Amino acid sequence: MTNLQSSTFNLQQPEPTLDARSHAGRIAVAMPHSDVPGAEAPPAELLRRDLRLPELSQLDVVRHYTRLSQLNWSIDTHMYPLGSCTMKLNPKVNDAIAAMPGFADAHPMQPAADVQGALAVVYGLQRTLAEITGMAETSLAPLAGAQGELAGVLVIKAYLESRGEKRTTILVPDSAHGTNPATASMAGFDVVAVKPQPDGDMDLDALRVALEEHGPTVAALMITLPSTLGLFDRNIVQIAEMVHAHGAQMYGDGANLNAMVGQVKPGDLGFDVMHINLHKTFSQPHGGGGPGAGPIVVKEHLIPFLPSPHVVVDADEDERWKMEDGSGSGRPSSIIHPPSSATYRLHDPERTIGRLGAFHGNFGVLLRAYAYISSLGPDGLRAMSEAAVLNANYVQARLRGAYDLAHDRTCMHEVLFSGRKQKAQGAKTLDIAKRMIDYGYHPPTIYFPLVVEEALMIEPTESETKETLDAFCEAMLQIAAEAETQPELLREAPHNAPLRRLDEATAARKPVLRW
Amino acid sequence: MPANPTDRKYSKEHEWLKIDGDSATIGVTDYAQDQLGDVVYVDLPQPGASITQFEKMGEIESVKAVSDLFTPASGEVLEVNEKVVEKPELVNSDPHGEGWLLKVKLTDPAEADKLLSAAEYDAFTAT
Repeated sequence: MTNLQSSTFNLQQPEPTLDARSHAGRIAVAMPHSDVPGAEAPPAELLRRDLRLPELSQLDVVRHYTRLSQLNWSIDTHMYPLGSCTMKLNPKVNDAIAAMPGFADAHPMQPAADVQGALAVVYGLQRTLAEITGMAETSLAPLAGAQGELAGVLVIKAYLESRGEKRTTILVPDSAHGTNPATASMAGFDVVAVKPQPDGDMDLDALRVALEEHGPTVAALMITLPSTLGLFDRNIVQIAEMVHAHGAQMYGDGANLNAMVGQVKPGDLGFDVMHINLHKTFSQPHGGGGPGAGPIVVKEHLIPFLPSPHVVVDADEDERWKMEDGSGSGRPSSIIHPPSSATYRLHDPERTIGRLGAFHGNFGVLLRAYAYISSLGPDGLRAMSEAAVLNANYVQARLRGAYDLAHDRTCMHEVLFSGRKQKAQGAKTLDIAKRMIDYGYHPPTIYFPLVVEEALMIEPTESETKETLDAFCEAMLQIAAEAETQPELLREAPHNAPLRRLDEATAARKPVLRW
Repeated sequence: MPANPTDRKYSKEHEWLKIDGDSATIGVTDYAQDQLGDVVYVDLPQPGASITQFEKMGEIESVKAVSDLFTPASGEVLEVNEKVVEKPELVNSDPHGEGWLLKVKLTDPAEADKLLSAAEYDAFTAT
C-alpha cells in the first residue's frame, strides 16, 4: 500500500504539488458547448502553444488548497509571539463589519456624496488616532508602516524647507528597525547612529555629542517608543527637549504603540510626528505581510504638509465631533464618533507632500481598526495595553534564569532574551526557534535587534490566556533544559513538521516556482 | 579573536587579499564574520567575470542581515570556492582559511598598496 500516504490526509506529510497529482485529460469543470458565435482568435504568433497546466479533478484542487491552508500557522491556529509584530487577536466582528455591502461594495471613484458613511469612518478614525496619540491631526494615506515613516520624514523635510532651513542629518539609535535608517536615506538624509547605554535607554551623552557635532544640520531624531529592546526610555522627555533645543524634530516610530495606548500620549512626550501600524496595535490579520496601514499623526505645525487625500468635514465648529462618553465622566475619551448630520469631503492639504498611492489606502484595514477601537472603548484600550505589558513581564519572570535577559528590568509589551547561554551549550537561537515549532508555537523574532547577541524577542500580546502563557513558558523551559543536555535535538529541529530544516536563504534567493 | 594573519592585506570593507604571484585569494575577515553572525548564503561572481577594486562583487547573507561584498582588488575571477557556496558556515568557522571566497587573476598587483596591513587593520577595527 505505497499509495496510502499520498491518498490519506496527514498533517505530518508534505503536500505534493498539483503537478505530482496531475493526470492527463482530467478536468475540474466540464464546460457546456458554446451556444453563442465564437470570436476570431488572435493571430497565431500571439498564442502560447506551450502552456502546460496540471490536470486535476475539482475535488483534488479543493483538497490541495485546503491542505495548504491547514499547514499554515497563524494567530487563529497557534500562539504567535513574534516580537515587534504584535500578533494579537483579530476579532471576527471586524471582518463582519468590513464585509457589509455598503463598505465592501463602495468604489473608490464614487463621488463623495455617495460614500458619506465611508468618509465618516475615515474622518472618525483620523480624529480618534489624533486623540489617542495627543497629536493635532492624522493622515490615513500611508499604506504600510514603512510608507508611514517615509511620509513622516518627507513631511519634516517639507516643513524645514518651508522655513528655509537646510538640515541634512537624521539621528537613529543603532537598535532601530532597519526601516528607520532606510527611510531617512531614501528621503535624502545622512544617517548618524546613536548607541544605547548598557541599561537599554538612549545614551544622553552620545546624543549630546551627536547633536553638537552635527549641530544645525540635524533634521530629526527617529526613535521607537517603547524601544526595539522592549523598554520604555525613561529619559524620553529630556531627549525631546535636547532635540528641540537644536531646532530638530522628534520622529516617533509607533511600531510598539500597543504598550502605551491609553497610558501616555506620545504628543505629550514631545513627539512632532509619529506613524502608527494599524495592523499591529489596532488589530488586523497581517501574518502574510499585509494589507497594512501606516497612518501618521502630527503636531499643528506639520498639518499643511500632510499627504493627500485627507477627509474634512463641513459642520459647525461645536458639532465637529463629540465624545462617546459625553465627557461627563470627567475623563478624556479616545473614541470619536462624528455626527451623522455632517458632510464629509476629500481635501488636499495646502502644502501637501502629495499622494502615496492610488485612491484612499487600504480602506478595509482602516475600517477594521475603527471598529476595533470603537468596540474596546477608552477603558478597553487601557486594559489592552496593561494586559500586553503584564503578559510580557509574566513571561520574563517565568523564563528569567533559564534564558539570559538582554536587559534585566521591567519590560513593556515584549521581552528580549539572549540565547548566548544556549549557544555556548551547542544550540543557537535559530535552533531554539525551530524547536519551538515542535511544541506548537510560532517562533518569535530572532536576531533582532542586531545589537543584542543571539536575540530572541517574545511578544505574547494581551490576547493570550494565563493557561496559554503557562504552557508556552513550560515549553520554553523544557527547550532550555534540552539545550543543556541534548543540544542536537534543537540543532535538528523541527522534528514534528511536514518538512524539516529548510535552506531558507537559498529558497528565498533561488526559488523553484511550480504548481 | 585570533590575530589577523600578516601574510595578506585588508580593506576597510573587511575583505582580505592574499597575493600569490599575479593571482590572489579573497575572503572576508574574522572581524567581519563575527559582526555578521551566522552566515547562511554567499552570492559570488562566476569564473571569468571581471571585478573592480572596491566595487561590489557579491552579497553575503547572515541570520541578521544581507551585506554587500566589495572586492579588495581588480581582476578576473579564476575560481569560486564551491565549498563555501555549499556550506556558508565555513566563513564563520575558518574565514582566513577554508572559508575563502574567490581566486582572481590580478589586473594590477600594485593596487594592494591601497590596502591596510594586518597591524593597520587591527587598529582600524579596534576603534
